[in-house]
Amino acid sequence: MRTTIATLLAVLLCLPMAIAADDSADSGSRLKIATTTSLYDTKLLDLLEDKFEEEYGIELDIVSGGTGIAIQYGEKGDVDMLMVHDKAREIKFIEDGYGLYRRCFAYNYFYVIGPSDDPANIKGMNASSALKTIMEMGMQDPAKSKFVSRGDNSGTHSKEKSLWRAAGVDSATINATGDWYVEAGQGMGATLMMAEEKQAYTLTDMSTFMAYRGNMTLMPLIEGSEDLLNVYAAIPISPVKHPNVNCAAAQTFIDFLVSAEGQEMIATYGEDKYGQPLFMSALGQCDVMGCNETECATPAAACPAPA
Amino acid sequence: MDEIIGGLVRAVELILTLNPEVVQVTFRSLGISVTSVLLASTINIPLGGLIHFSDFRGKRALVNLIHTLYSLPTVTVGLLVYLLISRSGPLGWLDLLFNPAGMVLGQAILITPIMLGLTITALDAISRDIRDTTMSLGASEMQSLRAIAREAQPALVSAVLLGFGRALSEVGVAMMIGGNIRGHTRVLTTAISLETSMGNLELSLALGIILLSISLLVNLAMSLSQRR
Repeated sequence: MRTTIATLLAVLLCLPMAIAADDSADSGSRLKIATTTSLYDTKLLDLLEDKFEEEYGIELDIVSGGTGIAIQYGEKGDVDMLMVHDKAREIKFIEDGYGLYRRCFAYNYFYVIGPSDDPANIKGMNASSALKTIMEMGMQDPAKSKFVSRGDNSGTHSKEKSLWRAAGVDSATINATGDWYVEAGQGMGATLMMAEEKQAYTLTDMSTFMAYRGNMTLMPLIEGSEDLLNVYAAIPISPVKHPNVNCAAAQTFIDFLVSAEGQEMIATYGEDKYGQPLFMSALGQCDVMGCNETECATPAAACPAPA
Repeated sequence: MDEIIGGLVRAVELILTLNPEVVQVTFRSLGISVTSVLLASTINIPLGGLIHFSDFRGKRALVNLIHTLYSLPTVTVGLLVYLLISRSGPLGWLDLLFNPAGMVLGQAILITPIMLGLTITALDAISRDIRDTTMSLGASEMQSLRAIAREAQPALVSAVLLGFGRALSEVGVAMMIGGNIRGHTRVLTTAISLETSMGNLELSLALGIILLSISLLVNLAMSLSQRR
């Protein structure tokens, strides 16, 4: 009896040491990145992480969450850089002095997906008029046409709001217009599952949809429309605001991302699994992505000295 | 339905083949939860005893407050601890954020109310009579305390197990404080949440089954050590 307890205690006491040991193994330079779920969930970053760690000896700590929480982490200086996809908020983040600059490194397109019989007849439209049509149909008969929104302030949700704006609809009051509009308040995966259950339309990033496609009957109805462009950008946190951030490592990683090698990895990722790549290379695509010259400059500008 | 069966099969597969990533995540989960329970027990069992044995104004209000905090949402704890240990927060210099040590702290805070409350309840249930009896039989204060502790042991063990269960299964603190960093702070619950959002439903279920198996093992070990 005594020995059982003693053994148990010994085991329990060893465990914390095991975690501590696990921790000390990866000392050296670390780079903390906050990223969006749509980028992370594809496992593209795992691949880039392994290659980068091997080549540069800098340990990457990648935290994934919605764009909203990623920006919070950035503003408080808890991470060294952001990898997000919400141009308006990125620009504000830089204007507020938290970010150094914005570097466009990949892009793809959102999809508007829906039931294959397309009850609202949106096929062939651009995204904002499609949403407007779904709304008009839905207000007449919610049983026929529904839309599920992320409703979580993520980058995808921001995109949806800008599409409503383009369609002349106020997204702040849209929820009051009827049962056709469903606010999920959850991540992309959960939102897709909800749209599938309700046989509703929704806006999705391409990569999460690819991952879920096998479990779904909903189909992409609008793809490649110019207003569905989805640009991913990297932003180092300014050492002027937060002197502790590892700006040099962030620069190294960004240069790696936009290098020929990094771009090649991005542009071919997912081909074997989904039959088509999930992202497109940013190389020479500055105009397509709507990024300006400094947002595509290589190598990026140097780190300013901490204040 | 297929996913549930697939999940079971996958769980057995992962356990039998000792998938290195799963093993690492499982041990990290176990290590962090056990450490946080040890930390919380060391503080809360004596503290609960102190509250039980001392009389002071507002004691009932304090106990009520502790009971209310049983409902503390895990994400709220995560958020509060995050604001404390963020680089911009008062404890930012300790570098706890996105590290296992920060998760231990967060989980220990999360389970403090239940461990404290259950310790007080355990002592309330037995001590009045025992204390009177042992004292009347001429036992010293110390001997009487020891008798009470022996009587309260099963209830205290279940307090510890409940704390362990809550720490092992919570996702709010682990996600907010740990950040679900691969190879560093990813634990079973955050991996489950990630795999679900990636659409890997079978793997996600399999990880849930592994978590329950761990809990089963710990419970068995505890009940074995309880048997006299």
